[in-house]
Amino acid sequence: MSEPVLTISGLNVDYGTGADAVYALRDIDLTLHRGEVLGLAGESGSGKSTLAYAVTRLLSPPGVITGGQVHYHQRDGRALDLLALSAAELRAFRWQELSIVFQGAMNSLNPVYTVHNQLTDVLQAHRPEMKKADRTARARELLSLVGISPDRLGAYPHQLSGGMRQRVMIAMALALEPEIVIMDEPTTALDVVMQRQILRQLVRLREELGFSVVFITHDISLLIEFSDRIAIMYGGRIVEQAGASEIYRDPRHPYSAGLLHSFPALHGPRRELSGIPGSPPHLSSMPSGCAFHPRCAKKVEGCDTHVPVLAAPDADGSRSVACWLHHEAPAPAARA
Amino acid sequence: MAVTASEVAVLDATETPAASKRKFRFLRGRKTVVGLGILLFFVLMAIIGPWIAPYDPSAMSQDLLQPPSGSHWFGTTQTGQDVLSQILVGTRGVLLVGFVAGILATALSVLIGVTAGFLGGLADEALSLLSNVFLVIPGLPLIIIIASFVTDAGDLLIAFVIALTSWAWGARVLRAQTLSLRRRDYVEAARATGEPTWRIILFEVMPNLTAVIASGFVGTVIFAILSEITLAFIGVADISNWNWGTVLFWAQSSQALAQGAWWWFVPAGLCIALLGMSLALINFGIDEFVNPRLRTETGGSRKVKMRVGFTPVARTGTARHKETRS
Amino acid sequence: MKFLLQRLAFYLVTAWAAITINFLIPRLMPGDPVQALIARFQGQLDTNAIDSLKALFGLDKKQSLWQQYTDYWAHLFHGDLGLSFTFFPTPVSEVIAQSLPWTLALVGITTLISFLLGTGIGVFTGWRRGSWMDSLLPVTTFISSIPYFWLGLIAISLFAVKWPLFPADGGYDNSLVPAFDWPFISSALYHGVLPGFTIVLSAVAGWILGMRNMMVTVSSEDYVMVAQAKGLSERRVMFGYAARNAILPNISGFALSLGFIVGGTLLVEMVFSYPGIGYQLFQGVGAKDYPLMQGIFLIITLSVLAANLLADILYMLLDPRTRREA
Repeated sequence: MSEPVLTISGLNVDYGTGADAVYALRDIDLTLHRGEVLGLAGESGSGKSTLAYAVTRLLSPPGVITGGQVHYHQRDGRALDLLALSAAELRAFRWQELSIVFQGAMNSLNPVYTVHNQLTDVLQAHRPEMKKADRTARARELLSLVGISPDRLGAYPHQLSGGMRQRVMIAMALALEPEIVIMDEPTTALDVVMQRQILRQLVRLREELGFSVVFITHDISLLIEFSDRIAIMYGGRIVEQAGASEIYRDPRHPYSAGLLHSFPALHGPRRELSGIPGSPPHLSSMPSGCAFHPRCAKKVEGCDTHVPVLAAPDADGSRSVACWLHHEAPAPAARA
Repeated sequence: MAVTASEVAVLDATETPAASKRKFRFLRGRKTVVGLGILLFFVLMAIIGPWIAPYDPSAMSQDLLQPPSGSHWFGTTQTGQDVLSQILVGTRGVLLVGFVAGILATALSVLIGVTAGFLGGLADEALSLLSNVFLVIPGLPLIIIIASFVTDAGDLLIAFVIALTSWAWGARVLRAQTLSLRRRDYVEAARATGEPTWRIILFEVMPNLTAVIASGFVGTVIFAILSEITLAFIGVADISNWNWGTVLFWAQSSQALAQGAWWWFVPAGLCIALLGMSLALINFGIDEFVNPRLRTETGGSRKVKMRVGFTPVARTGTARHKETRS
Repeated sequence: MKFLLQRLAFYLVTAWAAITINFLIPRLMPGDPVQALIARFQGQLDTNAIDSLKALFGLDKKQSLWQQYTDYWAHLFHGDLGLSFTFFPTPVSEVIAQSLPWTLALVGITTLISFLLGTGIGVFTGWRRGSWMDSLLPVTTFISSIPYFWLGLIAISLFAVKWPLFPADGGYDNSLVPAFDWPFISSALYHGVLPGFTIVLSAVAGWILGMRNMMVTVSSEDYVMVAQAKGLSERRVMFGYAARNAILPNISGFALSLGFIVGGTLLVEMVFSYPGIGYQLFQGVGAKDYPLMQGIFLIITLSVLAANLLADILYMLLDPRTRREA
């Protein structure tokens, strides 16, 4: 495996402060390697988007990062603590090193500015020495990169279709050739054909430009198809992470298995579809112990009192899972 | 916003036990409490004012143009009338006209706005046009003209005229709200199962419009009170009927300003401003209840400074001092 | 262009509605106040003037309503609004022509100042939530609850009576002859300070609150988050993304505010005896000069419509979504 480009350790995020605070993320440890596609999966409310925004400190109020570290590793080997950056440093870091393709392309573009304006303002902010003509040329180049005719440069967002807007967002994300691109449900609003078309294009661009991708979606079949490694989140924690094919063939966490069986696979043998009973927990009323235990068919004694740690199961160092089925069950004596 | 939006949506959907708690949170807001407190004070004045007034507001006396004193707390007018008594007696008319006009105008706006939004089509076009026309025509000059054609316009008639010219804004807002509600699943479901239209409007749509209707009502009351006082001030309304505007009318026409008799016009104006502010505060409370983003007071500790686009980092023990505010 | 044509059509309908309301008011009201006026001025009125008053106020009972209506329009098209009784025998149109420029200048300048000032402050308070500027909000709420005219009274008593810095009434020094020369213009400006200050102080609060709330709402839009994620400068995000979008509803809400502002301005003119149409309206009300009142109402409405059209054009320039390509 290649060197890491982003390491997250022990990240905690709350919504609200003081007595009203609820846990949104707990003890997140995650590493993104150079050039890989890391998938983040989970039901809505599992914290996968919160994680993506917390890393870039874009989380809207009342989100507060209450602990942990996020380090960005530069090419020269130096590490940058993203949580300690000042506003100005953060501004310089954003988009230059890490860009985001947002969920809901409908509202991601400023309705009163042309595509040209929105593609070039980011160049202007980060490359002030660039000439106006060069910026326009770069914008044209970016549009053709994502398969849009450069003539559309003067268009306003409302004049573009949903798919085109999403491509514009991707073009924008690549404007500065960042090291990391976070894609938050980049294709949810699009039809299935368009989804795959855009994702294929993205994979091709990644091969050409060599950036790393954090790919967030609730559609685990898309993840398995397009990512190298997958982390599965539940109730604000990572419950399992492993290579995409390992997750597909052999999910260890009962929740991963449940997710896997609630989506049809586009390739490979047919599987029986079954949902997960119950609904995801609410942030303000997180179950004790393993948050998944009320919905888990395989729960054992101790699941409702002890939070399982994310660790490698059976001496297999390449993957990790947070489930008492795969670790030594907590001693009854230690129960609270 | 995508994250928090979806997560908050989940929050709202599952938070059934807390729903009733949230209703009272509206009352717990500092603005609302202050607003309701002031309003309550004036309502009390309106009820008991005429009884506790120390003098007959129209009775003249020998104490001409006296500044505030022990026997005349707010001083006297040029003809020796007691200003405090005039204010106390006048409160009832002010509130009566304000609330009657508010109720009438709100009823009109609900009727027209909800009907337009729910029926759609040609009826909507016609009713929207009607409310837009009334919205653009300046209300005050119209009220002045109508009121001045009626000799000896009483309180109720004034309230009626004000209501007739001030329903349009509420109707417009309600129409938009109804329009969005009409497309919601539960309303569509009720239509599909053949529930009669009036039932859908009454039981499915109206409960969801409560906050909008309430804020429209409060807004109209503010407008009605200001209009009424204005009418009295310029002498269109019946000036033998005491209200705060009448006090100002006499003060203005007796050159109180030039004589330096500030006590003659200051109390009435402060009362108007206080009453108007209390209603405005209640309206903010409603707005913030409907749209929590607008809140100025964020719950919990104010140590962490929230800022859009730059999530605060409050790692215990480390960066916290950076974020504290005095 | 379609947008503009639609708005234009709407304003024509509104103008028609306002004129028709104006036509109906004297005909629907009990009694014939204008008849009484004519009787009072019997010997001084020539037949022409009597005819036009009869047509405008529906005194000719022999005619059908429709006939009266067409006659009414015919008179309007000739600019004939009847004779003013307050300024007998000056035609109403002449009285208005003399006073309208004063009002337009006063309203125009003060509205521009208060809009720019209020929107600017609103942008900052809405962007930096929880800063010291949030403590301005209760103050602005209080000020916006004060009626314009009362604030005018206070301004006079403080800055004209107690400390005679500015004149208490009038639009210019009476010893001057109105002309486009410096002595006159400077005198007009000097006289305009207090009324203008009063209007700006009253009106600015509304703009601050409106803009603040829109900024707060827009700040959580996805595109503002994208702008932050792009690492754009704070100025660019705040003005180019947030404020640039937040101002749109404020401009389209201009229509509502304008009627209110105009109403307030009329009263400020009355308080300051400022030679605009508000003061004339006040005198008309006092003298029961119905032709003057109705003429003023028409002119105010038409001016408000024209101002709305300007706001629409501005909106069209600012929002590309209304500019559909042919």
